[in-house]
Amino acid sequence: MNGHIPILSVNGVYKRFSGPYSLLRRFKSEPQLAVHALTNVTLDVERGETLGIVGESGCGKSTLARCLVRLHEADEGVVRFDGQDISNLSGGARRAFNRRVQMIFQDPYGSLNPRMTVSQVLSEALSVHKMRPKPEIPGRIAELLDLVRLPADAAGRYPHEFSGGQRQRIGIARALAVEPEVIVADELVSALDVSVQAQVVNLLLQLQEKLHLTVVFVAHDLRLVRHISHRVAVMYLGQVMEISPSEALFSAPRHPYSKALLEAAPELDPAHKNRNVALRGELPSPLDLPPGCPFAGRCPHVFDRCRVERPVLTPRGPGQMAACHLTDFGAPGASSDQLPTGH
Amino acid sequence: MTASTVPTSLPQTAPGLLVRGLTTTFDTSRGVAIAAADVDFDVAPGEVVGLVGESGSGKSVTLRSIMRLIREPGKVTGRVEWGGRDLVAMPAEELRRVRGGEIAMIFQEPMTALNPVLPIGAQIEENLVAHTDLNRRQRRERALELMNIVGIPAPERRLDEYPHQFSGGMRQRAMIAIALACSPKLLLADEPTTALDVTIQDQILKLLLDLRDRMAMSVVLVTHDLGVVAATCDRMAVMYAGRIVETGTVADVFACPNHPYTRGLLGSVPRSGQSRTMLQSIDGTPPNLTDLPDGCAFHPRCSFATEICLKQRPPLDLVGTDGRRAACHHHERVAAAEPIL
Ligand SMILES: Nc1ncnc2c1ncn2[C@@H]1O[C@H](COP(=O)(O)OP(=O)(O)OP(=O)(O)O)[C@@H](O)[C@H]1O
Ligand SMILES: Nc1ncnc2c1ncn2[C@@H]1O[C@H](COP(=O)(O)OP(=O)(O)OP(=O)(O)O)[C@@H](O)[C@H]1O
Ligand code: SF4
Ligand SMILES: [Mg+2]
Ligand SMILES: [Mg+2]
Repeated sequence: MNGHIPILSVNGVYKRFSGPYSLLRRFKSEPQLAVHALTNVTLDVERGETLGIVGESGCGKSTLARCLVRLHEADEGVVRFDGQDISNLSGGARRAFNRRVQMIFQDPYGSLNPRMTVSQVLSEALSVHKMRPKPEIPGRIAELLDLVRLPADAAGRYPHEFSGGQRQRIGIARALAVEPEVIVADELVSALDVSVQAQVVNLLLQLQEKLHLTVVFVAHDLRLVRHISHRVAVMYLGQVMEISPSEALFSAPRHPYSKALLEAAPELDPAHKNRNVALRGELPSPLDLPPGCPFAGRCPHVFDRCRVERPVLTPRGPGQMAACHLTDFGAPGASSDQLPTGH
Repeated sequence: MTASTVPTSLPQTAPGLLVRGLTTTFDTSRGVAIAAADVDFDVAPGEVVGLVGESGSGKSVTLRSIMRLIREPGKVTGRVEWGGRDLVAMPAEELRRVRGGEIAMIFQEPMTALNPVLPIGAQIEENLVAHTDLNRRQRRERALELMNIVGIPAPERRLDEYPHQFSGGMRQRAMIAIALACSPKLLLADEPTTALDVTIQDQILKLLLDLRDRMAMSVVLVTHDLGVVAATCDRMAVMYAGRIVETGTVADVFACPNHPYTRGLLGSVPRSGQSRTMLQSIDGTPPNLTDLPDGCAFHPRCSFATEICLKQRPPLDLVGTDGRRAACHHHERVAAAEPIL
């Protein structure tokens, strides 16, 4: 490292939740099972970039997002903001962190108080963090509404009077009210129709440019993530399998799971119909993690070592890291014939 | 394909599905909502037709209307011909035999469509009892075979399990197994993979295509994902505010949309090689179904609209070969507009 400090850095983070505790287990006095939501996650978010986080349901994307904004405390490992361990922040430093890093949630309905008008929602955010003296608040609200392209008369209306896309914009306006440096957006547009998704994505791209925001964009739509991210982290069963610059990942994935995930996403070109199934089997339970590679049970290239030794992220091409014992996987020039196949 | 197929006694040469003027309305407190209006489309034997459109555009209502599953206060009019018979006018008893037998449906939410207190095996049986003469042992065998076809591992054990013991993907497979029990000739699939992860979606879509090949089954696939349409469908129909606004082969529609809404949808989807550029979003939101704009329902959001669009509703006219139709006064101008790609 050349001494620069990433705006957010995650180092060896583990997060476990208590799993179901069945009567049978209790009866046999076996310990309660744990859900391994995050296992040894390490990644950096650079100032001004958009980092996409993708992976299938339950792989730990939201848990990671929540650890970044300290809605969850990591069980092990550290999350640093501007070089400072966020679990040590208190008092004014904690409040400043809460302002500078904002999370936007998936469900705009659930996260907006139905009994507050848009103007009340925004002025609450502005006054909690003392962003503006009282007389300036109405003007700032008008500015914010304009920023997210909501009509000025939106201020006096309630959340239920808006469409899904508009509610999502209210959520964005609330996050922007406190002039954050980082936005962590969890499935920001997943619930919206494509045409409305595009409106919100465009807005996010423009705002990022204008306000020099750093964005962590959590989503399961690969096409969308590719479109807006500079770099992308691919997660599987609580672990980062690959983290690469967006175009590198999509043109030459260096992990068998990234490759399968990309192949499974339907292509937008009707001329490229492919009848082969990209990946068989289902996601294993996060309750009992396999000892080796979490992907071993579904990987078409699995070999003995994968089942006993957990691979860690190591460098591949420029800016690319992957956690796979096949360090040559997807490398330019490496023939896939040489890879072991079959179980 | 035309309606004038030579009549024959063999069911496998049936002309497929023919929908004409299907209209479904609901009386609501805010007025009459026209959820499906004058819907026309055909599905040939062995063909997969995609029905796409935004949330609330009437896709599910259309499928349910075909199967006569719309309850009061909903009203359905129009004609739905299946193998030359009109499903809308068919006596209830006869319809029951068709439903679940020749025509099967997969619902948008498997959890609400599956019976929570009945093991999966018993739900497959129910269908076989209703529509076949198989005896008990044969039914068990058929159930096991179906579980294998849809890729549910350890089917012997799984047959006796309840829906809540299945993962989302497995539940969707179980729904497909039940739907396929009587080897339907037509499968109406309402967003069968929307709630699933991409790798599971990929497995299920490819399974549907294999079954189509093997059983010469026709499929109507409702989805809002244009990628799913491109990857699985032969033909497509785009719905907006309860109406079909464009139909044709998937290749034709993707290559050159003739309706501004289709064009907008295609432009909204991010494409490779254009990262971090502005997407061509469609401004505004879909209209309220109880208070549709006059003329073309899309006009308030349309960049091609002129005077006539505010007054006259454009009919779904033939605009090319291969059943290519579009409902736009300016379809020629739209087709000639700069390509989206
Ligand atoms: N509060 C909690 N208590 C117990 N388990 C939890 C809790 N939050 C998350 N989990 C579990 O942790 C794992 C990771 O969940 P997480 O919500 O981070 O996944 P995700 O990648 O965001 O999935 P999705 O795409 O479905 O949103 C899952 O197995 C989930 O069931
Ligand atoms: N029982 C009903 N009573 C009143 N309105 C209804 C009823 N069922 C459906 N609708 C209305 O009909 C319209 C079309 O609904 P439909 O479920 O067909 O939409 P869809 O295209 O399937 O949308 P989605 O993508 O969200 O599933 C909606 O506006 C809906 O509110
Ligand atoms: S008829 Fe007019 S308003 Fe409707 S889609 Fe065509 S151009 Fe647009
Ligand atoms: Mg999540
Ligand atoms: Mg629907």
